[in-house]
Parts: sequence; structure tokens; C-alpha cells
Amino acid sequence: MDVLLANLDGILAGFRTTLSMFAISGLMSLILGTVLAAMRVSPIPILRATGTGYVTVIRNTPLVVMFVLIVFGLPEVGIRPSFFVRAVLALTLYTAAFVCEAVRSGINAVQPGQAEAARSLGMTFGQTLGLIVLPQALRSVVPPLVSILIALTKNTAVAEVFGVTDAAYELHNLIRDHPQAVYALFFGVAAGYIAITLTIAGLGRLLERRLVVIR
Amino acid sequence: MRLRRTFALATATVLALGLAACGGDDDDTSAPPVATGTQFPAGSTMAALNTAQSIKIGVKYDQPGVGFLNPETNENEGLDIEIAKIVAGALGIPEDKIEWVETVSANREPFLQAGTVDIVVASYSITDERREVVGQAGPYYLTGQQLLVREADKDRITGPDQLSGIKVCSVTGSTSIERVEQDYGAQPVPFATYTECVQQLLNNSVDAVTTDGSILLGYAAQQPDDLEVVGDAFSEERYGIGYKHADTAMCEFLNETLTKAFTDGTWKTAFDNTLGQSGAEAPQPPTLDPCT
Amino acid sequence: MSSVLYDVPGPRGRRRTLIWSAVSTIVFAGLVALVLWQLASTGQFEADKWEPFTRPGIQRGILRALAATLRAAVLAIILSLVWGALLCVGRLSERWWLRYPAGLVIEFFRAVPLVLLILFVFFGFTNSFENLGDRLEDTLPPSLANLLAVDQLGTLAPLVVALMLYNGAVLAEIFRAGIHAVPRGQSEAAYALGLRKSQVLRLILIPQATRIMLPAIVSQSVVVLKDTALGFVIAYLELVRQGQLIYNQFRNIIPTAIVVATIYVAVNMTVSLLATWLEARQSRRYGRQAVAAAEAAIPEATAF
Repeated sequence: MDVLLANLDGILAGFRTTLSMFAISGLMSLILGTVLAAMRVSPIPILRATGTGYVTVIRNTPLVVMFVLIVFGLPEVGIRPSFFVRAVLALTLYTAAFVCEAVRSGINAVQPGQAEAARSLGMTFGQTLGLIVLPQALRSVVPPLVSILIALTKNTAVAEVFGVTDAAYELHNLIRDHPQAVYALFFGVAAGYIAITLTIAGLGRLLERRLVVIR
Repeated sequence: MRLRRTFALATATVLALGLAACGGDDDDTSAPPVATGTQFPAGSTMAALNTAQSIKIGVKYDQPGVGFLNPETNENEGLDIEIAKIVAGALGIPEDKIEWVETVSANREPFLQAGTVDIVVASYSITDERREVVGQAGPYYLTGQQLLVREADKDRITGPDQLSGIKVCSVTGSTSIERVEQDYGAQPVPFATYTECVQQLLNNSVDAVTTDGSILLGYAAQQPDDLEVVGDAFSEERYGIGYKHADTAMCEFLNETLTKAFTDGTWKTAFDNTLGQSGAEAPQPPTLDPCT
Repeated sequence: MSSVLYDVPGPRGRRRTLIWSAVSTIVFAGLVALVLWQLASTGQFEADKWEPFTRPGIQRGILRALAATLRAAVLAIILSLVWGALLCVGRLSERWWLRYPAGLVIEFFRAVPLVLLILFVFFGFTNSFENLGDRLEDTLPPSLANLLAVDQLGTLAPLVVALMLYNGAVLAEIFRAGIHAVPRGQSEAAYALGLRKSQVLRLILIPQATRIMLPAIVSQSVVVLKDTALGFVIAYLELVRQGQLIYNQFRNIIPTAIVVATIYVAVNMTVSLLATWLEARQSRRYGRQAVAAAEAAIPEATAF
């Protein structure tokens, strides 16, 4: 227990990194995922095919392998951003595939009558999607999106073996130095992750309640 | 705690001649002798192992030249492996009866304490803290933490004192990465293996890689025009053989075996076949610690 | 549904589609070409980086590692089904002293990163597992011992246990959602007939819930397969670790990563195809609405 308290600043610094990775990749993957979902339902075959192909490949690849390809592949194509940026990129590209699927099932869940009415009013695909379908779809996909974001929080831990000194890295170092305090250290750091997860879940429930449509 | 500079320089120049493809050449012609008819004290670990005709040895799988599992031949190779074979031979156990177990840095003590392995020969530095929980005989090789940099940087980064704010790569959870961060103010970049670190060094994402000089020399020798090991060793790593705590008889046996290997040339052969594959000269064998 | 979003295109629509298609093709193809060209210029496609994969020794190593991955995944899936069922029963219990702890356990394991869980089980218990492995090696017949890789139990067990704890928690929630997704009339009728709660669960709810949950369970199995990749942090010799050993020797990180990724995608897609086939079979039997409703009830169906 004292080990935990003695090293608190290191652990908190690690969590700061974890949180920034989560916040940035979360936001970017929500955006990219929605774009991908739009691509998958669009009338343009190329976009549909690319979207489907991307999602299929990414969803079936382990995150670790994505990290390897980004962290070691980017320098090979000439770009050398910081390791934090590379981690965020890998996490975004990975999570966006799952966001896409969630949003797409949300789009499918919107009553067909809505889209039909939009079409009969002469709206284009872009307008139908943007003004009518997506806003309703997003309301119903809050629970799966919350699950995806929780998974993202945990996935940030993988970055500890790809150059990012996050909370998992701090834990790994501390366990090596103080093997007798494994329990205290583990539960202490786990508590941090749980705090983040519970906050996300709580915010999700709040959002759901505000968005629920009383029929 | 400073390594003799002459030793470090000698090893550096001599090994920089280029390590052949990761210690690939095997050593059929110089397999360590298997002792026959040796009497071990009754009830000792050595007697038990000799009777069982099998031994479990903890080694590294991912350190070229030191302890490495060749993914193609599925054979273990490296200096640690050769030393382990010498010990097994002295116990009267032939090579094919050795069971190799991968011991990553963190589980060397737990595995010894639980009896999962009988001895550990895995770039296992002797420290007082470790000697409180396990036994360590040796050292059989001396090295220390050093820096690997790109050829172009060898004048800019000449030692640990120039590391402030510099991105330095090492393995997650290793003592090397902690030391450069805490003692020298470097920016730590943790990765899973040293090869990944070297890769990031070569593609300019980090400016130095740090770990035991023996491991760095292996990489530098593979690409002598691109990489260079710089600076004196800023820690002392004395590789020892781990065994179960307080087994004094085992300690004496290991010391005897090592002394014999130092004097009868098998230690030198082991070195020549692994870290010395480039044609480098083996250093002088180190002085053994007494058994306490 | 997507066809509802847009009309059959008229002449202007067709032209727009054509322009969009052309532009996107150029952009995507251009990106891909750029990446490939850059990779080629740093020598990623040189023969010597790819040649190792033609060697039988390397191929055998990869197959061994694939077997190790599958072994860990299968063991983890079986164990997590059991653990998940136990947790679910606890969660559904009427006794609050079962319900709340079960809920806490589920939330805990769903919130903790798998990497940390694996490290924790490893540092805490690896000796016990190695000892267990030794004893199993002596007692089990050699073929079974080999299949279960009891000699690697010190690293296999922490990975499997961690996966079991995490996936069991996720499965518990899937089971719970599945049971709730069974039409209320079923349980009401069962109670009306005088069945006790355990009988209702056993005879009425679980058989029907299983059919509903099967696709989600299979999706979760894909997740387990992918998560075995994290075994490399404790040096369990699965695909990613084997890849590390390969590129340690041959310094071909990108080609190795591509090969490993391809194997994962192939294996996972095969398993996912099973899920899709199951879903289609159920659509035929129970109608699309019922299946869609069931899927909606189980948010974890979007597996990750």
C-alpha cells in the first residue's frame, strides 16, 4: 500500500497520458467511424466496397498487429511523428471500424418510413442521411458506443509496449521493482481504470436519458 | 562500480568486427564434454539431477548472441546456452536431455523459488537483493549498461551524461530503462524487444538504445557502419548462474565447474562460438565470487 | 435499408455517382500506391525480407505458434462459458447477497485492461501454474499433455485465466441480455404452470436464450482469438511472439507483421463466417424481426 502511495505521481502522470490518448482517439474514431458508416450505406459502389473492406480487415486484426504496422510502418513511408501520435493513430483506425458497425446498425434501426418520407420530399442522399437518419440513429447507438469507448480505454494499455509511458507502463515498472506488492499495485492502478470506465458509463446513461424519445 | 575501461574498449573493438547472422553457426565440433562416473555427494541437488538424467534450465529466447531461440531450427543458441551446456555436461547430463525454459527477466526468481527450473543462465546479473532470494554463482561474464547510437551521432552522444531529454529506447519493465530515466534524465521509450528498439533507432524515431553492452554489441556487430556502442559502461552487470537459495553444495559445484571451464578452454570455446563469432578474441575470464 | 436512403438515380444522379466514384477511386488508389511505393523504396519488398517465410523451419514455427494461439483461445472460451454462466446465475439471483457481488465482479473485470490482468495473474501465480504443469505432465498421457502444452503452463495458464475472467464477465452480460430477450410470455406461462425459478430457467429460458445468443457468443470468440495476441507480454509463444522471434533474426518487421495479420484475418473471418451463417439460419427460422430485436437487446453483439 505504501508502495502505491510513494509512487503516486508517477502513476498519475501515466494516467494523464492514458486519458489524453483516450480522449483524442475517442473523438477521432467517433468521427471517422461515422464517416465510414456513411460510406457503407452510400449509393457509390466504390465507397461501399472500401468501407466494407476496411471494416472487415480491421475488425479481424488484433490491435497489437495494427500497432506494429503503424509504429514501425510509418517511418518506413517517411513520417516520424511522436510515439504518442502513432499510438493515437493506431487506436483511432482500430476503434473507428467498430464505431462504424455500431452506427450502421443504428442507421438500420431507424424506421424506414423516415427515409421514405425524406426521399418523397426530394432530399438527396446526403440530406437524408445528415438531416433525418443520422440524428435519429445516433440516439439509439449510445449504449454500444459507450461499450466501444470503454474498450478503447482498456486498449490504450497496449501502447505501453510501443513507446508510450502510460499507466500500464508505470505499473509494469513498479511490479518489477516491488514484486511483493503485486496486489496493492494492481488493484490501485485497476481502480484508476475503473474510475475512468465508470465515468464514461455514467455520462453515457445521462446522454441516453436526455436523448430518449418518448413515443 | 566502474568497469575497467580497457576491458570495455577491448570487447568493443574486438566484437565490432561483425557478428555473423545471429550466432547461427552451430557448435557440433565443440559440444561440451559429458562427465561420466562422477560421484556427487549423496542427497545433493547435483546427485538428484544426475540420477534423473534431466535438467530444466531457464534461458532467454530473444537476445541474439546471449540467449536466443532460432525460430527456424527451433534450437537455443548463445553464450548463456553454451555455459548451461557446460554445467549440464559436468552433471553428466547430455545436451538432448536438457529442457530449456524461457525465463523473461521478471520470472527468474519465481521460477527458481518454485523449482520450475533447476538453474537459470539468462543474462542474470548478480545483485545483493537477488542473492537474498536466490543463489547466484559466478560471474561467468562481465558487462554493463551502455548506449547504442547511430553512427552519425557518435560524437554528439558519447555517454549517459548527454542523455538529458533524449529519447532512449529499452525494454518495458527492464532496469535499464528506469536507470536512464531516473539517473540521467532521458525520455524513456519502452518497447517489447531490443530488436524493435534498434529498428526505431535506425528509422530515427529514437536517438539511443540502452541495455547490457553484450547485447548491444551483438546488434552493432551486425551493422557496424550504421550503429556504434558508445561510452563507458555506467553500471556493472556480472552475469551469474541462478540456483535455489542456500544450496551451498550447488554453489561450490558451479564454481568448480566454471573454474574448470575457464582453465581448460571450454569457456573460451563457448565465447568464440557465440559472441565471438565475428572472429573476436575472448576476454579474460572473470574472477569468481566465493560461495557464502 | 440502404436502398431506402436513395432513389434509383436519374441522369444527373448517375453523373454525380460517376464523378464521385472516379474521384474516390483516384484518391484511394493514389494513397495505396503512395504507401506501396514508399515501402518499396525503403526495401520492404526486397526478396531477402520475404524469403524466410519460404523456409520450412520458419513455416513450422508459425504453425506451432498458430496451434498455441488456438489452444489458448479454445481453453479460454470453454472456461469463460462456464465462468460466465456462473456469474450470470449469480447476477439473476433473487438473493441480494449473490446479485450485488456478482454485479461488482462483472463490472470489475469488464473495466480492467486485459494487459494488466495478464500481468497480474502472471506475477502473482506463475509458479503455482508451473508446478501444476509439472504434475499434469507426470499424470496425463503424453498425447494429452502435448495437446494441452502442459510444459508451457506457466505462461499459458495466466493468459487463459485472464481471458476467462474478462470474457466470462462479458459473456455473463450477454447471457443476461439473452435471457431477458426471451419473450416474457414464456416465463409467465411457466410460472403460471407452477414451475420453480430454477426449473423455469433450466427448462424454458436457457434453451431459447441460447439460440438467440449464439451469434453474440461466436462474435465474442473472435474477440478471444484476437486477445490471445496479448500473450506476448508474458512471452507465451503464440503468433505475435513467434513473429517477434522471426523478426529478431531476420530484421523484417513489416513483412512479418503483414504475414501475421493475414493469418489472423483468415482465421477470424472463418470464425465470423460461422456467426453469419448462424444468424442467417436463425433468420430463416424465427424471422428477421425477432433476430434483429434479439441483436438489439445484446449490445455486446458488436464485439471488440
